[in-house]
Amino acid sequence: MNTTETLAIPIPEQLDPPAVTGKVDLDLTTVGDFTVPDPRMKIRDVNVFYGQKQAIYDVNLDIGSNAVVAMIGPSGCGKTTLLRCLNRMNDTIDGCRVEGQVEMDGKNVYGRKMDPVLLRARVGMVFQKPNPFPKSIFDNVAYGPRIHGLVRDRTDLEEVVHTSLERAGLLDEVKDRLDQPGTGLSGGQQQRLCIARAIAVSPEVILMDEPCSALDPIATARIEELIGELRKNFSIAIVTHSMQQAARVSQRTAYFHLGYLVEVGSTKDIFTTPKHQLTEEYITGRFG
Amino acid sequence: MNPTKQIVSGLARRQRAEKRFRLYGLIAVVLGMAFLLLLFGSIVTNGYKAFTQTYIELPIYFDPAVIDPSGERNHQTLFSADYWKLVKTAVYQKFPQVNGRKERRELTRMISEGSAYELRDQVLENPRLIGTTQHVWLAADDDIDMLMKGYIDRNLPEDERRLNDRIIGYVDSMREADAIERRFNTTFFAAGDSREPEQAGILGALMGSFLTLIVTLLLSFPIGVAAAVYLEEFAPRNHFIDLIEININNLAAVPSIIFGLLGLAIFINWFGMPRSTPVVGGLVLGLMTLPTIIIASRVSIQSVPPSIKEAALGVGASRMQAMFHHVLPIATPGMLTGTIIGMARALGETAPLLMIGMVAFIVDPPGGFTEPATALPVQIFLWSDSPERGFTERTSAAILVLLAFLIAMNAAAVYLREKVTKRF
Ligand SMILES: Nc1ncnc2c1ncn2[C@@H]1O[C@H](COP(=O)(O)OP(=O)(O)OP(=O)(O)O)[C@@H](O)[C@H]1O
Ligand SMILES: [Mg+2]
Repeated sequence: MNTTETLAIPIPEQLDPPAVTGKVDLDLTTVGDFTVPDPRMKIRDVNVFYGQKQAIYDVNLDIGSNAVVAMIGPSGCGKTTLLRCLNRMNDTIDGCRVEGQVEMDGKNVYGRKMDPVLLRARVGMVFQKPNPFPKSIFDNVAYGPRIHGLVRDRTDLEEVVHTSLERAGLLDEVKDRLDQPGTGLSGGQQQRLCIARAIAVSPEVILMDEPCSALDPIATARIEELIGELRKNFSIAIVTHSMQQAARVSQRTAYFHLGYLVEVGSTKDIFTTPKHQLTEEYITGRFG
Repeated sequence: MNPTKQIVSGLARRQRAEKRFRLYGLIAVVLGMAFLLLLFGSIVTNGYKAFTQTYIELPIYFDPAVIDPSGERNHQTLFSADYWKLVKTAVYQKFPQVNGRKERRELTRMISEGSAYELRDQVLENPRLIGTTQHVWLAADDDIDMLMKGYIDRNLPEDERRLNDRIIGYVDSMREADAIERRFNTTFFAAGDSREPEQAGILGALMGSFLTLIVTLLLSFPIGVAAAVYLEEFAPRNHFIDLIEININNLAAVPSIIFGLLGLAIFINWFGMPRSTPVVGGLVLGLMTLPTIIIASRVSIQSVPPSIKEAALGVGASRMQAMFHHVLPIATPGMLTGTIIGMARALGETAPLLMIGMVAFIVDPPGGFTEPATALPVQIFLWSDSPERGFTERTSAAILVLLAFLIAMNAAAVYLREKVTKRF
């Protein structure tokens, strides 16, 4: 683990050339400044392996306080993998190895003193595929506050559940069937249920993996509004395949390609004046 | 040819194949059911008559001079009195025309010898019977029982029958007087084993099996589930754990008699636990069932979608909370199914019980885990070995009881599974 090493990223010898033909010679060194003045989380020289296969190459990125950073890039480029490093969700995958340093408020996330339970309570996550518990809608949202002892009594709990569902834009649809199974909701409703479940524990950082992929424009707008609201107090990293969404909700954008962070900068700059050829091709729709 | 046409041309063939396959399936099911019916049919036709038993009515005079000459109603005196004498007197009175030593012996042999104990128990329970005359229905000897059930052919020459013409005459005269009849065989369900078929019951074996299975369940279910949870969720991935896993899979295939030997060597010879008892039987069967439960539990834990666990971890649940709050509830039905399969196997297991002495001849039903007992399959084994016709019949009846026990156990498991399985 070496955090002070140069950022130039040599392609390891054993690696096959990137699948995108004709771009093998492209320099995949990160373009742009990956730091922010007030970072909440810092990713430094992170490499992630699934067994022998490397999925993330020397990524450096800061997650700013009270800001939204959008992660974009073609499918399979490692956005989910990097996101899961931030709350150590990768621990649950057999054979997944994370090298490098991830810090939260200056403390090493992968350090011995870090308790993953506490970390995940502080760094909430909305998964790419909706995964409600096979329990009632109420219990889905109430689970986090319950296990962390965040509520004193039933009224408190109901309050938390209602506001969480409200903020996720789901309350109106489900308020008279809170005792029904969460798995009986539609795909988009399940996704919003998962968002409600994540924000019910009031995490300080929220990782959202394509939270709107199954939502209609109205629900999407509701979630984007929620993100804007959450940003006032929390830090957010969001993975999205929609350029418009990235442009609407984020202050900074990071573009990934085949496990490399290719370009990072303010959202405005990335979408108006991309510096890297790959970024430009991706956002103009010529690739990806 | 365009693709649609091509699909249409192949369609008939595919549908034929499907029909054929369904037919095969149907044949297999029908065949299976036929064999099952045949099996049950033969067991039931052999066994159902054992649920009735021939009884003979006798006016018993509870003679104080025989039971309690001193009149003190001393328990010991009442207990050891000669009740068989009362029976003899009553039979002689019933057939006053019969004289001669041999003939009178034949008369008394019609009544089961166990009747004396029956009378003794009645007197001990109610000493006021002494001095009165009561009409008591006493179990008939098993040969009489066989005659009443039609197993003895009256047309055979006398010396080839187990009963001679005289006895058949007595029985017929009693039948005319309604003093002999087949009644529900309470003894079969209320007594332990006996040398006399008409006194032998299944209760001892039933209790033995029940107590044994309780020990088996208490040992194998918690340990099995805990081991499965540990191996699936907490065990480090290394060669040592691999070795354990391989061994568990191998253990599931070890012949059951080996477990009996192990029980004999460890629990009885080394720990000095009492021989022939449900506690040792339960421990042995528990060890035998353990691998089955571990394997079934692991499979059902593995079949829970990992996204459920991730969801729980994602909101900050500890690994144990994720396991106990989310994974295990979904895995429970599968684990219960595995458990019931293991328990059913344990219920029918004979060999290891022979090794630890649960094959002994035990008359009294066990009252606890450390009292000598036998088990249903062992009892079936013992009875099937006896030459008397009465035991042949009881063997089938015992098999019926074993099957009923099995069905009851399965029904309980299904009920439990329905209860713990959430609606969603
Ligand atoms: N559990 C896993 N085991 C092995 N390889 C994995 C695993 N998860 C992801 N990968 C590999 O890691 C690479 C990055 O995957 P990742 O899921 O992070 O992509 P992504 O950017 O989120 O893609 P998408 O936009 O399609 O969600 C892919 O090549 C993928 O095949
Ligand atoms: Mg992804």
